[in-house]
Formats: sequence, C-alpha cells, structure tokens
Amino acid sequence: MSRLTDSAEAAARAASLVAAARAGDRRALARLLTAVENRTTVAEPALRELYPLAGGAHVVGITGPPGAGKSTLVSALIGEVRKAGRAVAVVAVDPSSPITGGALLGDRVRMQSYAGDRDVFIRSMAARGHAGGLASTTGAATAVLDAAGFDLVLIETVGTGQSEVEVAAAADTTVVLEAPEMGDEVQAIKAGLLEVADLVVVNKGDKPGAQRTAAQLRAMLVAGGGPAVGAGADGGERPRPKRPEVLITTASTGDGVPELLAALDRHRATVAATPSDSARLARADALVWAIVAERLRGRLRAPDLAASTSDTLARVAAHRLDPYAAADELLARLQAEIDP
Amino acid sequence: MSDRPIKVLIAKPGLDGHDRGAKVLARGLRDEGFEVVYTGLRQTPEMIATAALQEDVDVVGLSILSGAHMTLLPRITKLLLDAGLDDVLVTAGGIIPDDDVAALSEAGVARVFGPGTTIAEVAEYLRTNARPRD
Repeated sequence: MSRLTDSAEAAARAASLVAAARAGDRRALARLLTAVENRTTVAEPALRELYPLAGGAHVVGITGPPGAGKSTLVSALIGEVRKAGRAVAVVAVDPSSPITGGALLGDRVRMQSYAGDRDVFIRSMAARGHAGGLASTTGAATAVLDAAGFDLVLIETVGTGQSEVEVAAAADTTVVLEAPEMGDEVQAIKAGLLEVADLVVVNKGDKPGAQRTAAQLRAMLVAGGGPAVGAGADGGERPRPKRPEVLITTASTGDGVPELLAALDRHRATVAATPSDSARLARADALVWAIVAERLRGRLRAPDLAASTSDTLARVAAHRLDPYAAADELLARLQAEIDP
Repeated sequence: MSDRPIKVLIAKPGLDGHDRGAKVLARGLRDEGFEVVYTGLRQTPEMIATAALQEDVDVVGLSILSGAHMTLLPRITKLLLDAGLDDVLVTAGGIIPDDDVAALSEAGVARVFGPGTTIAEVAEYLRTNARPRD
C-alpha cells in the first residue's frame, strides 16, 4: 500500500473518530487517546483538527510526593465538580519501569464511584520513560479531552520529588500537594516544585501537624513572594515568584474540598483575565518545540539520510567527533536540502 | 506499531476480599512489559466495563474466588459487548471448576487460568492472543 493511501486512510479515520468523540461517543474518545499516546498515524490529523477546538477547559495539574493523597483528592474533587453538574476528565500518570517498559497504573483504585456517570472520564497513562512527572503525550491527551467538551481536566502526575515541574507548563493551574510533617521550613524555601504552585494543599488535614505544616508553608511562601497569584506583571524584568494560597484538605472525608474547588475557580478567572498567560505560552512552547524536534529527527532518519545520520552518531560514540560538531553536521545536511 | 506495550485491565469482580493473586499477577505482568491498569477489589460489572472502555485496554483479566463466576463473568462480557468492546480479550483466573469452563467460553471468556498457572504462561498467552496494536 502506498504511503499516500496510508495517510489518506489515517486522515479519514481521524476525522470519523473526532466527529464521534465530539458527539459524545466515549469509545471514540478512548480510541483517540490511544492514538495520541501511541503516536499512530491517526494522531497528527486528529490533533490538527482538535487543537483549534480546545482551550475551553480549565486544565488543573495535581502534583506532589507519592502517598500525599493525590488520587484520593482527585476522586473527592470529581465528586464536588459533579455536584455542580460540570463534566470532568482525569489523566492519571504513573511511572513506567525503566527495565521492562511495563507499568502498574493504580490510580483508578481510588476513583471507583463514578462508573455510571458519563460526564466523568478517567484515563491512566504510563510515563513511558519520560522524566518530569508526565508522559510526553500527556499535553496532547489533555487537548483531546478539552476539545471533547470537558469543563475541567485534571492531570494527576506521578508521585514527584522536588523538581518535576513539567506539569506547570501543561496546566492552567498547578496544585502542589503536601502531607503533614513532611519537612521543615527550609524545605519550603528550596527552589523547585513549590515555586510552580498556584495553590498549595496540605492534605490529610486530620493528622497531627497539618495546621502547623500549613502555617509554616504560609509563612515561608508568602514572605518571599511577589505579587499575589495572578496579579498583573509589574513591569520588572525578573520573573517574580508566585505567592500561592495554602489550603488544608482531608480528601478521605471531603473536608476542605469545596474550598479547594472554589480556589481553583478563582484562579481560573484570574488566568482568563490575563491575556498573555505565561502557563499557556509555556504550553505552546513545549508543544511546538517537541514537534520540531520530532520532525527533525524523522527527517534525519528517513531512508535517504538514515545512513549518513547513523555514521555521524557512530563517530560521536567512538569519540572521533564531538556532539556539537555532529549537531552542526546534521543541521547542515538539512540546510542543503533547503538551498541545494 | 507492534512494539507498544499491551494494555491490560486486572480487576476483581464481586465480594471476596482476596486480592493477593490479582496483585501478584498485576506486578508480574508489569515485569513482563505490559501496562497494567489495576482497579482493586469489589468491582461491579459496570465499573469493569467502564474502566475497560475509558482505558481502551487490549485485555481484561478477571480474578474471582468467590464462586460467583457463573453470574458475574457473563454479565461483564455482555456489558463489554454492549459497549462495543468486541475486540477485547477477556480472561479469568481464580477458583473456577473445570466443569464451568465450557459455559464461560460460550459467554465470551477466552481463557480460564487455573491455580498453578505461571505468570510467564499468562504473558505468552496474552502476547499471542491480544488484538493487534494500531
């Protein structure tokens, strides 16, 4: 079968899945997510059609260390959002094995109560070797769910350490979850995860120490902070740190969850009022550069250039060529195609 | 692209609280390179069908030790078919008498794994019989 026929077939398949998913067919939606996740030939035509239709959803990232209660909080949030009659989708990312490539995706265990509700859609994703707390295709999956009409899309990251901050670029609002007594005040002033938080949530609020942890976080995060969350840039050249609100929840009982949803809605309104929102720009930046890199790689590995590309890489492996010179060599080959 | 991991849902329908086997299998399949969605104990047929649909899994593996398999498993396969998941491979394991296997097969359970089955046998069966990846 010719490549042309293949791509025409993929485009037709994408168009029919997109139409069905937009009309509310959950099976078609699930299939689209698989196409995006597996980067099949259907993914590109589907995303081209869907991207202009996305942008209406509030995308919220929920991150924090393993065991802080991310899945339980997501489940409690789903319940709260459904009380308001809003449709909600979840992308829950868990790590892949660096050894076998396999994964155990266990976030659904805590999100069971919504099986009969078609306005709740939960999808697990394996990170597939991507560092940063997400899978490389999580952003695209989010766009698919956004375009399918969900009002709120929650991204639950893998359990993170201190610097997996990628979710901040994928989401409009980033919630960093902490458990009580996880660290002292110095932890709260380190650079990294807490810096990208729009909201900090101390979960397990019924455990001793929750109030104290929240008070410490408030003192440290607010003391050094810039303008309050979402306030306009002050014209200074240096980006100012955020000054996140600190909330306490007990996800297992639902305590504090209505307040969390209200805070998310407030942040959503602030973001909507900011014309060049930095998170949206960062997301566009990440999306486009990833595709540029993929296209360059694809071109350099196409049949006519694959042998010379492999040769360049082999010389780097043998330390006969430095990696910068190698990159210039590959780029020069592409340049030669443009101006023969 | 056949190198993509096969995605498997491991679920425990019904009311028995014995999930050691399901967890060992989930972990074992992870080590065999599968992406395993584990949903835990006390799943209703509706929960299982919903998870299979939303996750777009290639395989549904059901672990059941309560003796209710003749009631629950055919209900699950029917819900999967009703949802259009006719290309999903359904397997079962646990305590299922040989005499029931034919009827379960009739109901759409492709394979019943009895006690003593190794993880490697399950993995090999799934690799051979799961729908081709696209």
